[in-house]
Amino acid sequence: MTPLLKVQNITKTYGARIGCADVSFDLYPGEVMGIVGESGSGKSTLLNCMAGHLTPDSGEVLFDTRTEGLKDTVKMNEPERRMLSRTDWAFVHQNPRDGLRMGVSAGGNVGERLMAVGARHYGNIRESALDWLGRVEIAGDRIDDRPSAFSGGMQQRLQIARNLVTGPRLVFMDEPTGGLDVSVQARLLDLLRGLVRQMGLSAIIVTHDLAVVRLLADRLMVMKSGHVVETGLTDQVLDDPQHAYTQLLVSSVLQV
Amino acid sequence: MTESGQYNFAYLDEQTKRMIRRALLKALAVPGYQVPFASREMPMPYGWGTGGVQVSAACLTPDDTFKVIDQGADDTTNAVSIRKFFQHTAGVNVTEHTAEATVIQTRHRIPEQALGEDQILVYQVPIPEPLRYLEPRETETRKMHALQEYGLMHVKLYEDIARHGSIATSYAYPVKVEERYVMDPSPIPKFDNPKLEMAGIQLFGAGREQRIYAVPPYTRVVSLDFEDYPFEASKADHPCGLCGAEDTYLDEVIMDDEGGRMFVCSDTDYCASRRAAGHVGAMGVPVGEDAA
Ligand SMILES: Nc1ncnc2c1ncn2[C@@H]1O[C@H](COP(=O)(O)OP(=O)(O)OP(=O)(O)O)[C@@H](O)[C@H]1O
Ligand SMILES: [Mg+2]
Repeated sequence: MTPLLKVQNITKTYGARIGCADVSFDLYPGEVMGIVGESGSGKSTLLNCMAGHLTPDSGEVLFDTRTEGLKDTVKMNEPERRMLSRTDWAFVHQNPRDGLRMGVSAGGNVGERLMAVGARHYGNIRESALDWLGRVEIAGDRIDDRPSAFSGGMQQRLQIARNLVTGPRLVFMDEPTGGLDVSVQARLLDLLRGLVRQMGLSAIIVTHDLAVVRLLADRLMVMKSGHVVETGLTDQVLDDPQHAYTQLLVSSVLQV
Repeated sequence: MTESGQYNFAYLDEQTKRMIRRALLKALAVPGYQVPFASREMPMPYGWGTGGVQVSAACLTPDDTFKVIDQGADDTTNAVSIRKFFQHTAGVNVTEHTAEATVIQTRHRIPEQALGEDQILVYQVPIPEPLRYLEPRETETRKMHALQEYGLMHVKLYEDIARHGSIATSYAYPVKVEERYVMDPSPIPKFDNPKLEMAGIQLFGAGREQRIYAVPPYTRVVSLDFEDYPFEASKADHPCGLCGAEDTYLDEVIMDDEGGRMFVCSDTDYCASRRAAGHVGAMGVPVGEDAA
């Protein structure tokens, strides 16, 4: 089977400081990959290199495009990459303000991606928006409210709806539950798990919360100081960590 | 009397006019594309049409006949002062008759009478960027134009319908030019949008924003809309009170403090010429009688 995403030797430095170094892995369709590690370990750097927000110093990010098969998105021209980001890819930011248009209604936020790919029927756009608000448990009568009138958890769910409405083939998420209250986190996780199962989503989720990966990720990559120190099936890594750093990470969570 | 001894013809120096003409030619070659230009200080404040004035200055020749309208009228302060400015600095003939003018500078209207191939319409533009409303970053909007990523324009129209039940945008209604660039036609009423497809040359100048763009003659200009909410060139549903015209854009005029009002053509020259030809509206007086 062709991987959906093939990451090869990605390195990104900020001057003398290492962002991430020599990272390689394959992601297969329908798989959810978790990336964990302490603050500053390079998770966001790696994710942004994969999603085209940062240009890596070296390495390849091959994506299985619809028409040409595996293609290096680092070398791809900008129009093509931007097209990918609004069709086949989705990106859920930690801070919903980075991923939403705060001055536009909830319906407009969800509809934007549809309109970006050519939807020109108001009634249909609105219907899809309503359907997606329902799927992320936002009441339909909030469709014309702006996100600024929503709670943090609702904003995050709206951001997810806005990203998934066009049926992306690969979803990047950077700390999707970060900054939320624990009870709100749990509900969001539940929702995400439901969507991942129903839609058979392929996703890469960055988090430093091991509970998140336990619930969502099939496989796990542990990062430290920009390097991947351990990778494997989620349960395997969490239940039987091999690397000293992973052991520390797992035990520190258990102590809490 | 001209003051050509003190000023270069049409105020701007020849170097500057050449620079503006280069921008104009580029704008005509790429319809709807916003060409940056080095806007000069003009002896009038921004918001008074400094962009339009610079474009007019670069277009005018001694043989031209110049007309200025503001919201359709030739006699507002703004129109009068710009007209006087070019009378003084270029010594060109001026007129209030659309048909006689070779260069017409306008704010907020397209004349009712169709323009011909030998006429130039110069628009004063406050904000040239149609995407600004939703995307304030200039670096990003330039990229969106380059890559034709225009979904955001429809988000704006979507918001309109969601909030008002119909597309409430009635001025500066966005258009797509020659199936390529999305353009802000300046704050003309959307009633005027169909007239953007014309025989004359249309030049747009934004002074403060330092942008020039253009629509060449006979260029396709389509107003954006939704399949189920098609574009409508709407106007007040009345005939003109003075000349009886039923197909012109109207201004509402308050008559007294008891709610009395009337609708009259916003294009004063068009209205006057209809009355001169014998048309009389419900509240109008036949020509000749009012002067008595
Ligand atoms: N724009 C930047 N300029 C300079 N150094 C940076 C920049 N962004 C990140 N870094 C550095 O790169 C390293 C990796 O940062 P990164 O943001 O990828 O970590 P992270 O794992 O996402 O951390 P967190 O969990 O706190 O979000 C850190 O040492 C960080 O200081
Ligand atoms: Mg991070």
